[in-house]
Amino acid sequence: MASIDLPSPGTQASTWTSPGREQWTTVLHSWVTTVDHKRLGILYVGCGLVFLLIGGAEAAMMRFQLFFAQNDLLSPQVFNRFFTMHGTTMVFFVGMPIIIGMGNYLIPIMIGARDMAFPRLNAWGFWMFLFGGLIFYFSYLGGDGLYAAGTAPDVGWFAYAPLTGKAFSRGNSTDYWVLGILISGFGSIAGAINMITTTLSMRCPGMTLGRLPLFVWMMLIVSGLILIALSPLTAAQVMLLFDRFLGAHFFDTQAGGDAVLWQHFFWFFGHPEVYILIIPGFAYASEIIPVFSRKVIFGYPIMVGATCAIGLLSVGVWAHHMFVVGLGKGTAIWFAAITMLVGVPTGIKIFNWVGTMYGGKLHFRLPMLFCTAFLFQFLIAGLTGIMLAAAPFTWQLSDSYFVVAHFHYVLIGGLVFTIFGAIYYWFPKVSGRMVNETLGRWHFWLFTIGFQMTFTTMHVQGLLGMPRRIYTYPAERGWEVWNQITTAGVVFQGVGVLLFVIALIHALRRGEPAGDDPWNAWTLEWSTSSPPPAYNFAEIPEVRSRRPLWDLKHPDDPDWKYE
Amino acid sequence: MEFPRPALPLAALSRTSGFVVGALTAALPVAMYAADASSTQTPSIFDPRSTQTTEILAYSTLVLGICAVIFTVVTALIAYAVIRYRARPGDDGREPAQIYGSNPLELAWTVIPVVVVVILALVTARTIVDLQIDERPEGWMPVTAIGHQWWWEFHYPEFGFTTANELHIPLSDSTSGRPTFLTLESADVIHSFWIPRLAGKMDVIPNRTNHAWIAPLETGTYVGQCAEYCGTQHANMLLRVVVQTPEEFERWARAQQRPAVDDPKVADGRATFLKTACINCHTVRGTVATGRFGPDLTHLMSRATIGAGVATNTPANLRAWVQSPDHLKMGARMPAMGLGETDVDGVVDYLITLH
Ligand code: HEC
Ligand SMILES: [Cu+2]
Repeated sequence: MASIDLPSPGTQASTWTSPGREQWTTVLHSWVTTVDHKRLGILYVGCGLVFLLIGGAEAAMMRFQLFFAQNDLLSPQVFNRFFTMHGTTMVFFVGMPIIIGMGNYLIPIMIGARDMAFPRLNAWGFWMFLFGGLIFYFSYLGGDGLYAAGTAPDVGWFAYAPLTGKAFSRGNSTDYWVLGILISGFGSIAGAINMITTTLSMRCPGMTLGRLPLFVWMMLIVSGLILIALSPLTAAQVMLLFDRFLGAHFFDTQAGGDAVLWQHFFWFFGHPEVYILIIPGFAYASEIIPVFSRKVIFGYPIMVGATCAIGLLSVGVWAHHMFVVGLGKGTAIWFAAITMLVGVPTGIKIFNWVGTMYGGKLHFRLPMLFCTAFLFQFLIAGLTGIMLAAAPFTWQLSDSYFVVAHFHYVLIGGLVFTIFGAIYYWFPKVSGRMVNETLGRWHFWLFTIGFQMTFTTMHVQGLLGMPRRIYTYPAERGWEVWNQITTAGVVFQGVGVLLFVIALIHALRRGEPAGDDPWNAWTLEWSTSSPPPAYNFAEIPEVRSRRPLWDLKHPDDPDWKYE
Repeated sequence: MEFPRPALPLAALSRTSGFVVGALTAALPVAMYAADASSTQTPSIFDPRSTQTTEILAYSTLVLGICAVIFTVVTALIAYAVIRYRARPGDDGREPAQIYGSNPLELAWTVIPVVVVVILALVTARTIVDLQIDERPEGWMPVTAIGHQWWWEFHYPEFGFTTANELHIPLSDSTSGRPTFLTLESADVIHSFWIPRLAGKMDVIPNRTNHAWIAPLETGTYVGQCAEYCGTQHANMLLRVVVQTPEEFERWARAQQRPAVDDPKVADGRATFLKTACINCHTVRGTVATGRFGPDLTHLMSRATIGAGVATNTPANLRAWVQSPDHLKMGARMPAMGLGETDVDGVVDYLITLH
């Protein structure tokens, strides 16, 4: 690496340490007032991981309740609150901050910029997200649930009308659900605007759109989707507040309102949201798989094209969540067909990743382990997606445990696995330290085994007729064994996540120094120091291809000859 | 007496493979509970007993089959790449050949999936057109099902009576009976009507009328439950469907039509019942009790369960229920009436006569 003539970053203040020994108040002050995209990225991801632990604990409690038929560990009210809090937390306060945080940290460094386009808007977005999350959890102290049955929202994460109306949800728990999401949503929109602007206007010389790292391309598309999808949700939530406080009747069926209208609004947000969460997973995999296969990504243009296609199609498939609300036949056929079509670009991606691995030299370090498991699991997620797109099949599968299995395969098997991979991949850059490989491997295997036990079996419960969101079930249904395997898997996953946390703390304290470029990678973030200085690059780099560091390392055979 | 018999091209074939998959998934729990097999009933979608669910299974098996083929091929590709191309110990450290893409390959894995999707979409369209019936065909028996927080009301307009939680319908195979056509309505929030072996889901939505149909092929009792989260006791909004021969069904319906039994031996309990708020919520035909907020109790004892399947219909459970419904079904929308011990005994004695 020494021969590379990219600017050397010097020894100025890095992300973690200010010069000299500071008082903790000064350190805290510097983090709270920071507008540095790297620090904000770390704050986003860190808070997302804390919420992940909370949401995971809620899930574990639900699984213990379902271990036995007719168990009475949790009351129905507590159980219903847990699945509402779990779902909402995982989507809005784990998935969203982590993907936005990763984008925040990496986009500027990958395109050779010194910060995001709007640093202060960036800080505002983060604090809105955190404020939303805190308001949401404040409901445990501040709101009454259905029939004043207790605190915290208990209407489910998609909060179907008219259960959310004043008549059925007294007290304020539903309002906390609305406000928490609404407020953090403003943060997400700010983040999206910032990522789009940064990508379009802050690229370093030579970084044409055709040379953007795939990560940046995909985050650009995700940001566009956030702008399209979040606004209808915000609008619907404001309408719901009108219903609840100003006597409007949008969703108030007792006064002639329309319950199905809410579903259209919600899923017009909700389906693109799924892609908002999974495309970043693709983005991480598209960076990691080539580096650990030692090969350039296979078919860069078609990867970009496929992502655009997924983005476009994703806004036209929302009613596949509504196959059993009594759509007309024509509508059902249309949405089934378009949904199946999404399988095509998604398939292209899987084939291109496998194509990248073909003929390569695969190094199964931690990031690659997680990405390989992701490939396999995401394949299954995609195929169960096709089954759910097959409307008549979904007359049986809808709202059953099969659906729960499917979307956990997408969001854990797809997103969480790639997030783990991405954290192991970029952690050395962010902290300057390597993660202990043994701890990481234990994490990987425990988590993978636990994941398979929990979610593979859930398909079976669904096929055997078990609906989701039930706090108890009759023993005669024959579902108990399957539920017990499912719950046992949670224990493995829990221990795995614990090891993940330990591995990160251990690395921060005792990790081997990472150096600038521990993976021998090719994108710009690896050309600066680890951790990078506040200004990222002393001198703005200039690039001639999609893999500027490859060009530097192989001056005899650079990429730009072939692109 | 006609019902659709859509003959999907692959129906016969996929029915066989559906049986295999079904046997695999159903066998384990059945084996585990073999000891009390009589009371076990797993509502597996692989074990259909109606025209509609049989056709759904045939179609689903085709979808499963296609997905299984894709799964096998792609998994094999991934496994091959992982095994064949892992970096060996003693690797020379040189970078492998850089391949930037391949137009023919990428075209292939775009076009082949498109073809598969088109085929699948056509079969899907045909299945939807065949199996979704939005208007009651001539001769089918109408039943109105009304979802309430957390129980089901069934109204039989042809016979003019109402019952709850246990739906009785006649067999409808090729030789006898007729299919049942359900009109689904909701009294409060969204519910979903689902009996996996007899009928796929259909949501029950306030201010809207949806439809479902059942052409059962075998007599027996089938279980299902509300499939859309509807509040605190969503889990205990269970459903039972009793499929009877046309003669048995006729007998049952005639019995339901009669007003409630008036047994002088329980006059005291009856009087207590009739002067308590019970009558604001419950109907007992032939008395002043005409409430419609709770289940019709006219022939309460003809049902096997109470509280939408939460408990068996025994005197002990009825007593517990009347004393405090929360005890059996926490959050149920019937209040504890605060009756004294003797009044509870009297009311329960009266309820037990309502055959
Ligand atoms: C406020 C209305 C209300 C009042 C008053 C009321 N009930 Fe109920 N009752 C209900 C509801 C609602 C249900 C169904 C609960 C469920 O299954 O979730 C029910 C269920 C029942 C059942 C079970 C029926 C079945 O088939 O599942 C019985 C028996 C019953 N009530 C008896 C009584 C008696 C006796 C009284 C008076 C002492 C009474 N109820 C007063 C609303 C009421
Ligand atoms: Cu319900």
